[in-house]
Amino acid sequence: MRALTWHGINDVRVDTVPDPEIINPRDAILRITSTAICGSDLHLYDGVIPGMKQGDVLGHEFMGIVEEVGPNSSLEVGQRVVVPFTISCGHCFFCQQQQFSACDNGNPVENQDASEKLYGHAMGAAFGYSHLTGGYAGGQAEYVRVPFSDVGPIVIPDGLDDEQVLFLSDILPTGWMAAENAGIGPDDTVAVWGCGPVGLFAVQSAMIMGAAQVIAIDHHPHRLELAARFGARTINFEQTHVDEALMEMTGGLGPDAVIDAVGMEAHGFALDNVVDAVKQKVGVGADRGHALRQAILAVRKGGRVSVPGVYGGMLDKWPLGAMMEKGLELRSGQTHVQRYTRDLLERIQRGEIDSTFLISHCLPLEEAPTGYKNFRDKQNEWTKVVLRPH
Amino acid sequence: MSTDQTSDSAPLRARKDDKADGFTYVGRSVTINRPRHELFAFWRDFQNLSTFMENIEAIEFTGPDRAVWTVRAPAGTEVQFETEIVDIVDDTSITWRSTPDSPIKTEGRVTFADAPGNRGTIVTADIGYTPPAGDLGRVVAKLFMAEPNIQARHELKRFKMLMEAGEIATPINHRN
Repeated sequence: MRALTWHGINDVRVDTVPDPEIINPRDAILRITSTAICGSDLHLYDGVIPGMKQGDVLGHEFMGIVEEVGPNSSLEVGQRVVVPFTISCGHCFFCQQQQFSACDNGNPVENQDASEKLYGHAMGAAFGYSHLTGGYAGGQAEYVRVPFSDVGPIVIPDGLDDEQVLFLSDILPTGWMAAENAGIGPDDTVAVWGCGPVGLFAVQSAMIMGAAQVIAIDHHPHRLELAARFGARTINFEQTHVDEALMEMTGGLGPDAVIDAVGMEAHGFALDNVVDAVKQKVGVGADRGHALRQAILAVRKGGRVSVPGVYGGMLDKWPLGAMMEKGLELRSGQTHVQRYTRDLLERIQRGEIDSTFLISHCLPLEEAPTGYKNFRDKQNEWTKVVLRPH
Repeated sequence: MSTDQTSDSAPLRARKDDKADGFTYVGRSVTINRPRHELFAFWRDFQNLSTFMENIEAIEFTGPDRAVWTVRAPAGTEVQFETEIVDIVDDTSITWRSTPDSPIKTEGRVTFADAPGNRGTIVTADIGYTPPAGDLGRVVAKLFMAEPNIQARHELKRFKMLMEAGEIATPINHRN
């Protein structure tokens, strides 16, 4: 089959690799109809996530048609499904708490050692996202092996296009959980850093949850326009002092909740960010945390900090004093996708959530390397790229 | 087996000086979301152990409580040793040790205890071993790897996967 493979920093290629097969009883094999490039794939593209090997198949947002099933899969051949990026067994303590991304049993034993050292506990598993999260082949390919296929995939009813449901695999539930972690109430102001796909879904989710005001922060005019379409007020950080604007737009109180949908590759030329960027380049495992620091300083006393943005290593200059003195709450985490898919599918069916507005480009799989390059370099226009392997 | 402790309630395997009675101790606790009786019964049927202990080549019973273990070692070699069951407490613990004429000196215990709330069962393995001298000793040292805890930890995690998920997770994409 043809598949997008990682070969090094800024080097992804479409190669011919062997087709996947059923290995374990709960497996299914999917023929991919649509797969997206995720903002977090760019962290792999930029080489800031460790544990990648040459030839790894990328991609964790995908959907397709069930082609083959193992004896303990609950799926049937021919069903059309969207697959969560988190690989979760459904039976461990964490899955039973609905903390699916913390599943104990998805990450193969041999791949748990590195993150157990790095984080104190082994990470859960994900498709196409380094050997720290299992070393599983991803879905930017013609076919993919889906472990625990009786737990993750959600069957899509007829009458919905791929574009309407594809993002149930990651960015839609990620934006939703970001808003949920912000603990939004009806009179709240919520500020969202980053108007990439997750930030835009967080804006949309916060509106649905009844926020009085959502303020979106970015530097790409088109992405700010998309946020404004959902009723958000906007701040372009290249034109405006974000901290001053937020104080003025909240009557001197500060936002009740802040969402960092940027992650470890924050842009901008603030002094702290330049230092972070240099350290990240020389490979000391340092994250760039300018957006998160700014969010923590901006949020009101007693406010909530939600972090859906991806961080991988260590961050220094953490505003711990602000955190403690202001009495903040911090919630974060990889998305517990399986917890949200059914509810979000119903909201899509009712027309409550629109996920198609984001897609700017659809490309055949063969053009995936162009898609990666432009998604990273032309973020104003290339808001979301969908690949079609078949 | 020895649980000699002073001012510290931590198990021997977690202590900086993990040696006692000439043995080095390794081991691990895992919490498995299954009933205690079920886990004990699976482990008690020793033939099952090879389903999650990857290095076991064969288990041959030489008596009701005695077995010869053939374990794969690096570079295509094999190591054999004989153990006998010293004590079994139903649904609670299984204790074994090597027989006096076994080439490898080892002793171990696996215990099963109810976890708090609805978290299932805490399974703990404590394994003490003394590598023999000479060439065999070097093979055994390699077998248990530079960090002996790795093997115990991997095997218990595979046991947990098998018991909770019904299969052992793997990123392998092809059968051969």
